[in-house]
Amino acid sequence: MGPAAFDEMNGDGTLCRPAYGLIKSWLEQTAPEYLKRRQEEAEFLFRRVGITFAVYGDAEAEERIIPFDIVPRVLTSTEWGTLSKGLTQRVTALNRFLADVYGKGEIIRAGVIPEDLVWRNPSFRPEMIGVKLPSDIYVQIAGIDVIRTDDKDFYVLEDNARTPSGVSYMLENRDVMMRLFPDLFAEARIHPVENYPDELLATLRSLAPASAPGEPTVALLTPGSFNSAYYEHSFLADRLGIELVEGRDLFVKDAVVYMRTTEGPKRVDVIYRRIDDDFLDPLVFRPDSALGVPGLVSAYRAGNVTLANAIGTGVADDKAMYTYMPDIVRFYLGEEPILKNVPTWRCREPDSLKYVLDHLPELVVKEVQGSGGYGMLVGPKATRAQIDDFAAKLRADPDNFIAQPTLALSTSPTFVGEGIAPRHVDLRPFVLSGSDKVRIVPGGLTRVALKEGSLVVNSSQGGGTKDTWIVEDPA
Amino acid sequence: MLSRHADNLYWLARYVERAENTARLIEAATRLSAMPVAHRDGRNEWEMALDATGTTVAFKGAGNGEATQRSVIDFLAFSPDNPSSIRSCLDVARANARSVRTALTMDMWETINSGWLESKKVVPASLGRQQLSDHLSGIKEVSLRFDGSAYRTMLRNDAYYFLRLGTYMERADFTARILAVKADVLDPDRPSPGGGFDYYQWSWILRSVSALTSYHWVYRENLKPHLVAEFLILKEEMPRSLVSCYDNITRFLDALSRDYGRQGVSQRRARQILGRLQDADLAGVFRAGLADFLSDFVGENAGLGSAIAEQYLT
Repeated sequence: MGPAAFDEMNGDGTLCRPAYGLIKSWLEQTAPEYLKRRQEEAEFLFRRVGITFAVYGDAEAEERIIPFDIVPRVLTSTEWGTLSKGLTQRVTALNRFLADVYGKGEIIRAGVIPEDLVWRNPSFRPEMIGVKLPSDIYVQIAGIDVIRTDDKDFYVLEDNARTPSGVSYMLENRDVMMRLFPDLFAEARIHPVENYPDELLATLRSLAPASAPGEPTVALLTPGSFNSAYYEHSFLADRLGIELVEGRDLFVKDAVVYMRTTEGPKRVDVIYRRIDDDFLDPLVFRPDSALGVPGLVSAYRAGNVTLANAIGTGVADDKAMYTYMPDIVRFYLGEEPILKNVPTWRCREPDSLKYVLDHLPELVVKEVQGSGGYGMLVGPKATRAQIDDFAAKLRADPDNFIAQPTLALSTSPTFVGEGIAPRHVDLRPFVLSGSDKVRIVPGGLTRVALKEGSLVVNSSQGGGTKDTWIVEDPA
Repeated sequence: MLSRHADNLYWLARYVERAENTARLIEAATRLSAMPVAHRDGRNEWEMALDATGTTVAFKGAGNGEATQRSVIDFLAFSPDNPSSIRSCLDVARANARSVRTALTMDMWETINSGWLESKKVVPASLGRQQLSDHLSGIKEVSLRFDGSAYRTMLRNDAYYFLRLGTYMERADFTARILAVKADVLDPDRPSPGGGFDYYQWSWILRSVSALTSYHWVYRENLKPHLVAEFLILKEEMPRSLVSCYDNITRFLDALSRDYGRQGVSQRRARQILGRLQDADLAGVFRAGLADFLSDFVGENAGLGSAIAEQYLT
């Protein structure tokens, strides 16, 4: 696994980093039994409130809670300042890019991005060509996964531009921490994240179609209570004060979307949809889907409803496009990217493929369209047979893969069993793009790999979450 | 609000109410079955409990054999094959609550969710008398807490009105069914088999709707069968009586029509039913036949349910 990873609390050695002073002394002064009790209380709170997620294909544990770690992950205001500037820059570029590929296609004509990477991308939606969106915003809500390997730089691991999830955990983790450790909060002066729902609603409203009469009506579209993220959908609808609708609650008439209410049909102007493109409208996409709304795309194209996120944003968040993100930032903004990309080999390029095949035991290889930790090879952890299998897949379809070095994700102190131990973490801040500005609440979802040495932080792979604190820089 | 949400709220309340009613019914039947054999007549209280919940056919269909204490309690409290069993009621209530979480307050959701989690832990096969009694108390408590938290924490808007409508529709149905099962013993002209058994049958009826003490407050005399009927059908001060349920149903339907600025067939129907109940007197009811009166009522109540569904819930 290489040298010991950078630790958020102890840095490269045993010296406590300034942001962690309070946490370190708290951990030293608090008995493990007390922490254990609080940890159990936290789990009880999550269970009682019903903060659960469903695991597909796991009938036994139909509803699980995501393990929650009571030791917060801390960043200073200065670190956050850099990070949020970088996030704003990156998401602004993402939106410009999407408006361009569904519009004039200048980046392709300039030769910055290979044409076929766009046109032949399975997430590219030709239905979106020439559709004009309010303020040209495609990705109203982005979840950008970042990691760090030292105290200087943040790296973007993944841009989630479709329907990123996890923001309810950011908010619930904070709630639960405040219930469990009020004293700690009194001392730490932590920037609040509680206003996220207000910011989200302001963002969505700012992007209502011009044809919306008066105060726009916003609704959240969920696939239903069997979806793994249903808890989050209902939580957000509740906090935003908007209706949580399913496809069957909506219908389209004369290219306008309505919901069925006890008072008759009511027009809907903005839909925060948590359904994938494929299921949105059986008339345009998958005809076998009962989740969506027949005619929704026609209303969308007519400019009578705003979808957040827009249709076809997946073209920007696959892993092949990821490798071009620094170029995309430079092309549209004329600036150097503030956040780095993890060095990545595009297997579609013959030289890279050769290198990757020669170095498989050192690399992480991912499917371009994969997500949730599925369909990937973690070279250093793989057996010879797994590597050979994967090599065959790679040779058969090199376009479908990218490879990265195994990064030493930073670690953060985590309560495991009877004590505190370092575990690898990443961070997903949520970036909101409205017609007026970009909004980011200071924080995000820190995910933690609970197994010792594991680098996989996904909840579907047994990862947990932590509260994320942005604190004032120590004087 | 969304029609689907209104529908979920309405049925959520009905199922919570049904779970509580069924728990009370099992308690009352258990008490009656503890009577010495000499005090009983032909039908056993477990068959009556099935009748009162309208599940006799389903019980037989599921091949449960004879209606015994064990088999009926299993069926009414735990059976997944019985959509009205307490367990099924809680499952549906919880699923409905989950899909309308946005319309519930935190107190209401936590009550349903933790009640559901608790009841999942109960293993019917290993249930002793005491545990059963605890379980039934737990169920009643879920319903009471749910009702109370709705009363104390919900905004008074359409979500609240649909929830309340569900409660009173279910309650009216249950009261009428309980009375119908014992319609024959309530008839003042019926020759009494004598002894203490009548007393226990009437008290069984009142107990199953938790109204024994109230009866004494209102009438200040011993249990008289025709007064039990009057109490549960015509007395406005008795919150489980048919007339009181309809007083509420009418009130909440009117609140909806006021908020929405229009009324329809459910308002008219509810008012008709309420008017008939208010105009009725006990002598008239018995002259026409109590059993017929009650079965007509159950039918009309169901008809109003369809009208509400048509007007608001689809």
